Amino acid sequence: MNKNNTRQAFMRILSYTKPYRLYVVGALLSAIISVALTLFNPILIGRAIDLMVGPGQVDYNGIFKIILILGVIIIIGSIFQWLLTLCTNSLTYRTVKDIRIEAFNKLNTVPLKYIDSKSHGDMINRIVYDVEMISEGLMQGFTQFFTGIATIIGTLIFMVYIDVWIAILVVVLTPLSFFVASFIAKRTHSLFTEQSSTEGDLSGYIEEMIGNQKIVKTFNYEKRAQDKFEKINGQLYDVGVKAQFYSSITRPAARFVNAIIYASVGIIGAVSAISGRISIGQVSSFLIYANQYTTPFSEVTGVVTQLQTAVASAQRLFSVLDEEDEIQDSPDAIVVTETDGHIDLDNVEFSYDPDRKFIQNLNISVKPGDKVAIVGPTGCGKTTIINLLMRFYDVDKGAIKIDGVNINDMTRNSMRSMFGMVLQETWLYSASVRDNIAYGKPDATDEEVIRAAKLARAHNFIERLADGYDTIISEDGNNISHGQKQLLCIARVMLVEPPMLILDEATSSIDTMTEVRVQEAFTTLMEGRTSFVVAHRLSTIQEADTILVMDAGNIIETGNHKELLEKGGFYHNLYNSQFATN
Amino acid sequence: MRKLMHYLEDFKKEFILGPFFKFVEAVFELIVPLVMVRIIDVGVKNSDVSYVLKMGGLMIALGFAGFAASLICQRYAAIASQGFGTKMRNILFEHINTFSHAEIDRFGTPTLITRITNDVNQLQLAVAMFIRLVVRSPFLVIGSIIMTMYIDFKLSIIFLIATPIIFTILYLVMNKSIPYFRLIQKKLDKISLITRENLSGTRVIRAFSKQEADMERFHEITEDHTATSIEVGKISALLNPLTQLTINLAIVAIVWFGGGRVDSGAMTQGQVIAFVNYMAQIILAMVLVANLVVIFTRAVASADRINEVLDVKTNIIDGNMNAEQASTESKIEFKDVFFAYENASQHAIKDVNIKIKQGETIGVIGATGSGKSTFINLIPRLYDASKGDVLIDGINVKDYNVKELRQKIGVVPQRAALFKGTINENIRWGNEEASEEEISKALDIAQATEFVNGLSQKGESMVSQGATNLSGGQKQRLTIARALVGQPEILILDDSASALDFATDAALRKAIKEQTKGSTVVIVSQRVSTVMGADRILVLDNGRAAGIGTHDQLKEENEVYKEICLSQLSEEEVATS
Repeated sequence: MNKNNTRQAFMRILSYTKPYRLYVVGALLSAIISVALTLFNPILIGRAIDLMVGPGQVDYNGIFKIILILGVIIIIGSIFQWLLTLCTNSLTYRTVKDIRIEAFNKLNTVPLKYIDSKSHGDMINRIVYDVEMISEGLMQGFTQFFTGIATIIGTLIFMVYIDVWIAILVVVLTPLSFFVASFIAKRTHSLFTEQSSTEGDLSGYIEEMIGNQKIVKTFNYEKRAQDKFEKINGQLYDVGVKAQFYSSITRPAARFVNAIIYASVGIIGAVSAISGRISIGQVSSFLIYANQYTTPFSEVTGVVTQLQTAVASAQRLFSVLDEEDEIQDSPDAIVVTETDGHIDLDNVEFSYDPDRKFIQNLNISVKPGDKVAIVGPTGCGKTTIINLLMRFYDVDKGAIKIDGVNINDMTRNSMRSMFGMVLQETWLYSASVRDNIAYGKPDATDEEVIRAAKLARAHNFIERLADGYDTIISEDGNNISHGQKQLLCIARVMLVEPPMLILDEATSSIDTMTEVRVQEAFTTLMEGRTSFVVAHRLSTIQEADTILVMDAGNIIETGNHKELLEKGGFYHNLYNSQFATN
Repeated sequence: MRKLMHYLEDFKKEFILGPFFKFVEAVFELIVPLVMVRIIDVGVKNSDVSYVLKMGGLMIALGFAGFAASLICQRYAAIASQGFGTKMRNILFEHINTFSHAEIDRFGTPTLITRITNDVNQLQLAVAMFIRLVVRSPFLVIGSIIMTMYIDFKLSIIFLIATPIIFTILYLVMNKSIPYFRLIQKKLDKISLITRENLSGTRVIRAFSKQEADMERFHEITEDHTATSIEVGKISALLNPLTQLTINLAIVAIVWFGGGRVDSGAMTQGQVIAFVNYMAQIILAMVLVANLVVIFTRAVASADRINEVLDVKTNIIDGNMNAEQASTESKIEFKDVFFAYENASQHAIKDVNIKIKQGETIGVIGATGSGKSTFINLIPRLYDASKGDVLIDGINVKDYNVKELRQKIGVVPQRAALFKGTINENIRWGNEEASEEEISKALDIAQATEFVNGLSQKGESMVSQGATNLSGGQKQRLTIARALVGQPEILILDDSASALDFATDAALRKAIKEQTKGSTVVIVSQRVSTVMGADRILVLDNGRAAGIGTHDQLKEENEVYKEICLSQLSEEEVATS
């Protein structure tokens, strides 16, 4: 990660503030006003002090006038200081909100390939934790930046106004701060990057171990997991101590530079006062200004480290944002509203890894209403067919056609809505049972939902749940069993009544008695509907119109159960091996 | 917060020396304005340039000394805070590892992760800040007040009035904002949850074209989170302006009353300047205190969330009996066992009795929710029976050392989960010291040798996190090998061949039967074909044992089993099998 990248990432974060320019202007104005007023204080105080030379030489009237003005200035200054914080708050929170939403939205537009290949824990970490880091960095950055700029310019003007020579001295000494800042920043940046990547490793590991806690326990892996965790944690400690130490010396270092500037101004100021060039009150004002002038510089060093953490986090987030989206639907893409259910795969070629050819020259033709069972050994490409049919992945060559139209020429959403899909890995989201069933049709009436649940044979168990259809499915859906989850997934499809079906080993975890009923329901649903079933169940295979026997990415046999058995080929062996142990 | 204090004990040295050096720095800082007073009142008054230079040199020397002291302090702060954070993470992870599944469920994985990472980070920051500022800020405030008392007691009354006002402001702002911080954290958890759901449900979401709806859902919670953050921002934004206002008004008072003191000859001009300087120093210290307050409020919220985790004690406690004393009458025995999940109204397992002999293969079949998974989870004591006893080798599982108990048992879970690392590392989960031969034997039985050898790195090939680079069937076979490599006395297969094709499934069962003689095998399945070869079959129905017997017995006598058979096999096959 070089300097250029850091700058780019930083500029990119800033580009997200554009919609909130009003807050930027508000913050800047508030900063200028509050700083200007704050800076005016020392002058007034200095003047007041000059009016009290010694016993019997105090001008009460003059002091009173000055104090009145001072009071008003202080109050107005405080109000603008408050406005400044309000503006930077809104600016920061809204900016990071946009970044966070964009990152999340990205997850929904990238090709599935990306999501399949990334650790989910790491992704969550980016969207939750990294965004918080950016937020903290920006908050610090904005506040310090606005007041900093205003303070530096303001104090310079006031100092020049009091005494040009001492002002020049202060300006000449300023680069010291910069030198210190850049020295420290260089050291900390790489440490912070290392720290946040180690943190990513750690949370990835926690996710793995806690998420699979039953396995950890049954294998007595706790001790080993702990050792490995402590090892990563130890690495985090090593880099953490270094990163924290280097970043934490910024303030003391800046204070040190300030102390030197303060002392120099004090010495020169005192000598100038002796020579009578300036008054004692002016020396007092000057000391205050010198302090205030250098503060933004020392704050900058602190902010720089904070910003570095933010930029490191932003870079991790931007790497998500920079992923390429799925190829957009072309503007003249067809919106499919109905289909006969005629599907053709013409010379389809596809591989996950370009170096390892997988599906080659695949041809399937499915008539409307056909029930197609796909069977074959593990890894033969059954799931891949689903990925291609649903256009989760795009074919490399050839075409998949619905009613003779290439699916790449249809809008993805309309094409996918032609299919009802039930996968082996059930997925429900944390919402009520009703909302989960009505997922594909949010405006469904209660009657429709219940009807679908009844068809999927889920109604009975739902009724037995504590809150019936209003039961909230907890985070991982652990309050209902795996089979019940699958019933809900089936009900979800039942409700939308799609023209075609894709079932991926869908019924493998449902108990057999329910399955009989589910099969009946499916049979009704499948009537006149083209369906693809990846199945291991004999009953499903036996009822199929066509069985596609796959091996190593190719269809090696097609036909119905009876034909294939008679053929005495691969399917014959596969089928017979089921009873090999008996 | 207090509860976590004793974890800080290891860092006593840092906790004493760190603040001490910070204190030294603060003392030097406090002396500087005094030196300035001398420069003005002595040097300038007497036009003594050499005195001014001497004193100026002293100020610079003080700056150097202060810098050195603070470097030492920061070093200690880094060691103590990072050390504490590292220790807390280790303790939390270890503690969570003792949880049973029910306890993990109560929190959910995402929030446990944020607690180990984010919340510990907050505490870490608080510790660092504590060491850096705990002495410094109050010392600067109190020190400044004492200094001013020393210069002019009457005028210092202004300080004595201003300080309590400032602390009241601090208290009020803090008090108002704490509940908000908790709320924000909760909303952040929700953001994490939705992200997680979105990632795991990508396929379903896209199949239903619900991307927009999910984005909308995320949008809403994020807006909500932002709104709450801005809301609390409004309150905490009051802190600085209000304290500064108080301090500035105090300065006005100093100037006004200072004028009177100078007039009466009680004070010099230089002393009034010093007063104003000390007030300025208090402003700076106060700003830091305010930061400290914000950090501590967050830390308190985080500490609560961490304590919530640490307060949950697992109910699975080691028994003290030694496994050596085992009898061999029956390998596994369920005696009048009942089990209900937390908050469930019904028992998942009701009055189950079964004796399983050493070396026997038992099939478990039954409807969804009939209690199959619960039944097998009771064996390695992932849960404790609510009533009745589960015995292994004649000894109640509760009396075992949990580790020894689980050593006897190899489980192949329903969901084939593998871990980031090489294939061999994954297999070694089952037996840390497994040799090459043992691993290859396990792979053989699990029917995984062929595909593992087909990989470029063979057994040293990497499995990615979540094993996304393997197919379902490949994962399942590796989980089987993982269970076999420990040569368990009891092998439990929880519906673990669902992603295997018929041929592989059959070959697998055959290999297990031949290669693991002497092991007791429990096979849970939905497929009759998988369990029908077992010595006996346990039929579960709604938590009860509806029948125990061989395939032939059950298909004649047991209604439930008969129905299952008919749904899966043709009439002819039922008759001839």
